Amino acid sequence: MITNDQVSHIARLARLRIDPENVTKTAAELESILGYVAKLQELDTESVPELAHGDGLSNVFRADMANGIDQDARHRVIAAFPHREGDLLEVPAVFQDRTE
Amino acid sequence: METAINIATDVRSGKRTAESAVRESLDAIESGNEKLNALLGVFASAIEDAREIDRRIAAGEDVGVLAGVPIVMKDNMLVKGERCSAGSRILENYDAPYDATVTKRLRAAGAVLIGRANMDEFAMGSSTENSHYGPSRNPWDVSRVPGGSSGGSAVAVAAGFAPIALGSDTGGSIRQPAALCGIVGLKPTYGRVSRHGLMALSSSLDQIGPFTRTVEDAELVMSVMQGEDEMDATTAADGEGSKAERIEGAKGLRVGVPKEYFVDGMDENIKKSVLDAVAEFERAGAEIVPISLPTAEYALAAYYVIQPCEAASNLGRFDGIRFGYSSEGQTLLETYERSRGEGFGAETQRRIILGTFVSSAGYSDAFYKKASKVRTLIKRDFDEAFKRCDVIAAPTSPSLAWAIGEKFADPLSMYLSDIYTVSANLATIPAMSVPCGFVDGLPVGLQLMARPFDEASLYRAGKFYQSVTDHHLKTA
Repeated sequence: MITNDQVSHIARLARLRIDPENVTKTAAELESILGYVAKLQELDTESVPELAHGDGLSNVFRADMANGIDQDARHRVIAAFPHREGDLLEVPAVFQDRTE
Repeated sequence: METAINIATDVRSGKRTAESAVRESLDAIESGNEKLNALLGVFASAIEDAREIDRRIAAGEDVGVLAGVPIVMKDNMLVKGERCSAGSRILENYDAPYDATVTKRLRAAGAVLIGRANMDEFAMGSSTENSHYGPSRNPWDVSRVPGGSSGGSAVAVAAGFAPIALGSDTGGSIRQPAALCGIVGLKPTYGRVSRHGLMALSSSLDQIGPFTRTVEDAELVMSVMQGEDEMDATTAADGEGSKAERIEGAKGLRVGVPKEYFVDGMDENIKKSVLDAVAEFERAGAEIVPISLPTAEYALAAYYVIQPCEAASNLGRFDGIRFGYSSEGQTLLETYERSRGEGFGAETQRRIILGTFVSSAGYSDAFYKKASKVRTLIKRDFDEAFKRCDVIAAPTSPSLAWAIGEKFADPLSMYLSDIYTVSANLATIPAMSVPCGFVDGLPVGLQLMARPFDEASLYRAGKFYQSVTDHHLKTA
């Protein structure tokens, strides 16, 4: 049983503000989907390895070298900042309330 | 709309100009898009790009195998300087700062990118109804969905806006809309096509692939897009593998028919269309092999654990700080919560909640780890089956195109529409949908699956099937 408190807690962890009137609905949807995926527990996977890349590729390395970025792309990335000061990304204060 | 192969041949030989091909596409979009909502935007540089191709050809240059071919991109693939919204409000004003690898490769082969296609927000959905910009409509019946998530791309090809459109396929997002719109859609092997510049949804599942009318066109555009890319560490060096074999026709081809995909209670008309298609192979000398994929019934459950977990993680980058929609609160936390709460649509939020729940403390082993192990079982089923057959034939979608709104209120019923497609993503194998008939005037798709990096067998089977049928020649 998924409770409203659980949904609110998960939403907080996910940094999502959900409308209070949607919490109950979300709990019911989550319940229904989790009820469906619970059938996975029917399978015995005790000695089965996990799969990520079907081709078995793992630990693909390259030289640890900075390649730089072309200036045009750099300017475009900066232009997409919601708030900036010159070329710097402006970030709200982390530790205090913004009361100014 | 002509095939890409014909357009490129004519443009390369000087029989027609790239500009005329692109103008034809833009005219079709101009007259048809308002009704279908397939494209969210047309690239203003398309005509100038086409003229540049014509200038280079006039100067004697070889511009590439896609000379002058108009191509539509899904709205989650970066084309430098163009808007790229992923169907989301959170990116409604976002312009791509660089080109995706596929963007670069298509252009290097002479293609002209003409616009960006509508999609379910961040590629989550099976109908395009999750787009912030309204649903696309199925050209065969505009009251119905085109499928999703790459619905706009499918409609663009089905409606004759372009001979090729790109989609991304995480759990069926190319094959299912291809089936519902009556065209070819290919999800390549995981690792075949670079995802650099594709907005990440579920990184262990996502692949880019084409929509086309003919299998030949899909093979052509794949020859340009595929191959290793240092910007995507999952790409495999075996990118040219499919050129090794060149067997044609169905004679001697072993076609596996999995009993788990033809169950009681499924749509009888779809079953008949698909089995009729299998009979075409048999008539031409293919060997039909009954096979079993016993773990298949668990695929959808595994998918709806793995996909939301990875999506929740990938979508963490949308924080209202670095790019995209930003809604300032009193605290940093509030800025995150408001930007994401207001910027993401309902389905995206649902998957983030689901993914966060199943990967949260105490649940991760029971869900994500378990599902990743089930993936191995699913892959083993396919490995076993492919010892006895070369391709597997199955339906692509359990239903025909449904009415807009019909499944929208019930997330689980929408998820069930991916039941035949998710296995290929989980097992990382290539799979393709090919039109195999009509029921009540609506298209049905035949899904063909093959061994990892054996797209060649899909091309062989698909080309044979299209050579003996004419479903793909019909237009809405």
